[in-house]
Amino acid sequence: MTTFIQTLIDGLSLGSIYALIALGYTMVYGIAKMLNFAHGDVIMVGAYAVIASVSMASLPPVVGLILSVVICAALGILIEFLAYKPLRKSPSLAVLITAIGVSYLLQNLALLIFGSEQLSFPQVINLPDFAFAGVQIKGVTLATLVITAVIMIALTLFIKTTKLGKAMRASSEDKDAAELMGISVNRTISITFAIGSALAAIAGIFYGASYVYIKPTTGAMPGIKAFTAAVFGGIGSIPGAMLGGIILGIIEKFSQAYISTLWADAIVFGVLVLMLVIKPTGLLGKDIKEKV
Amino acid sequence: MKNNVLKKLFSKNSITIYIVVAIYAIFSSLLYTDNLSRQLTNMLISVSCYIVLAVSLNLVVGFLGELSLGHACFMSVGLFTGCISSVLMSNVIPSVYIRLPIAMILGGLAAAAVGFVIGLPALRLKGDYLAIVTLACGEIVKNAITNINMTVESADFEFNGAIGLNTNKYGIYIKDVGELLPYAIVLVFVTIIVMMNISKSKAGRCIMAIRDNRIAAESIGINVTYYKLIVFVLAAFFAGMAGVLYGHGNSFAAASKFDYNMSIEILVIVVLGGMGSVRGSIIAAIILRALPEMLREFSDYRMLLYSVLLIVIMILNANPKFADLKGNLSIPKIISRLKNKDKTVKEAK
Repeated sequence: MTTFIQTLIDGLSLGSIYALIALGYTMVYGIAKMLNFAHGDVIMVGAYAVIASVSMASLPPVVGLILSVVICAALGILIEFLAYKPLRKSPSLAVLITAIGVSYLLQNLALLIFGSEQLSFPQVINLPDFAFAGVQIKGVTLATLVITAVIMIALTLFIKTTKLGKAMRASSEDKDAAELMGISVNRTISITFAIGSALAAIAGIFYGASYVYIKPTTGAMPGIKAFTAAVFGGIGSIPGAMLGGIILGIIEKFSQAYISTLWADAIVFGVLVLMLVIKPTGLLGKDIKEKV
Repeated sequence: MKNNVLKKLFSKNSITIYIVVAIYAIFSSLLYTDNLSRQLTNMLISVSCYIVLAVSLNLVVGFLGELSLGHACFMSVGLFTGCISSVLMSNVIPSVYIRLPIAMILGGLAAAAVGFVIGLPALRLKGDYLAIVTLACGEIVKNAITNINMTVESADFEFNGAIGLNTNKYGIYIKDVGELLPYAIVLVFVTIIVMMNISKSKAGRCIMAIRDNRIAAESIGINVTYYKLIVFVLAAFFAGMAGVLYGHGNSFAAASKFDYNMSIEILVIVVLGGMGSVRGSIIAAIILRALPEMLREFSDYRMLLYSVLLIVIMILNANPKFADLKGNLSIPKIISRLKNKDKTVKEAK
């Protein structure tokens, strides 16, 4: 029973990191209708930003964390402006290839600046471990859970109630109609990228805090898993991304604990394939009827 | 009648064949006279493999219009099936040169079977969902191969998926590029000819009809599922054969190399070469595989340059002004302009 609860909490924690990343994928997909393959590498940039500011420039941890989020948000806007904006009307495959180019670019920039050796992530989240009914919970795990829960609630409220959130929903529903209603779609897309990248930075910080070592390709695998989570939940759907991320994290940890660590990845991807075969648009995705 | 023959000789497809013949003629004559640098010699086999991979993926992405992010897994399945069966056959057929074509066909068939299994569920899906399922399947296959542990005592053979296959140790590594190149050339030509002829066959027209408008294609009685499966299986078959060739040209092969990054690399070749264009895929495969090698003097910066080039090419391609410029510089345009010039000069006289 202790193992079960322990695994569940680990899974929730990993799942909330996936959910944070998946949110970025899904929000960008919802508005810009593009698969932003470079999103995973923003996590890596976020983690390196903390290493650079806290370990190298020895700034206080809080400043480092804020800096990381700000850098990633700015990076998101910059990437969108330089690489994706000129391709707004191009076929989606062209945008996909550009996104892959951006992903290579970020990885190789990090390789040049920080070198190929893995660096250890500074201890920015100093919380005591927490014992509950024989279950040891790490402080970082608990912080991840609480903070992501808060962020998700805030994000949902932001999208449901604010003017900007409304603009985002309108743009993702129908770009032309939104433009006619006086919404600046370009600005909305930029803001979406900024929010998505800021969430990725936070995910990067938690990832670094739980897994300690960071190298230039760190972002790739969580990025792909989070992408899987976004599709699992129904890409374009924000609650879907949260749910998908958490379910995927739990599945991964449970298959590691109860089945085999070697097969964990295959099981995660297998569940996705099974899910899409049963429900082709994901858990909460809308089924759009094709018109002739 | 004569005109028809001429037309055939200078059709788009024939020109593609001439280009490939010329390239291989130049490189093999250089190779067999020992005039080719080591760097280029080492690239010949891998570039040939990538040509086969890109042309076969083009069938899925360009002709069928479905995005597949799992092409590398077919190559991996083919590689391990083909190479392992080649090792196991060594008692029956002693010469590795006779075993290689058999291994290629076996590897291709195994990859085609996997393509069939992946294709079945994937066919329910469209667009980005299909892309993610192919990616997921590719990762599952990679994971499954790394978990294989197999020992055959009669052949004194041991395979551990997590470590990889040491082809050198089991004597199926063909070190001399000159000996392996004929196989590569045959494979490349078979692939190109099959792919080019498919687009002209009934099946090819059905496949393109599905790409252009699935609903219309379905309503005139085209069996969409059947043709989609054919495309998946055929592309997987050729990728598997390329895998076997790749395995025999490298002294070591590990499953972890054939992940989604490699699939993406092949996809980049297809997209930059031009969707649905066999010739484009071939040229892009050569340039994109050679580019990182050419940029080697910039060592640290070469991948950086590569990624920047990738982004710049895609953005330029989308720019209408650049498209006009490119259109004006194309060879047929230049020829027609020269002809017109002649005409105006004559008229002026």
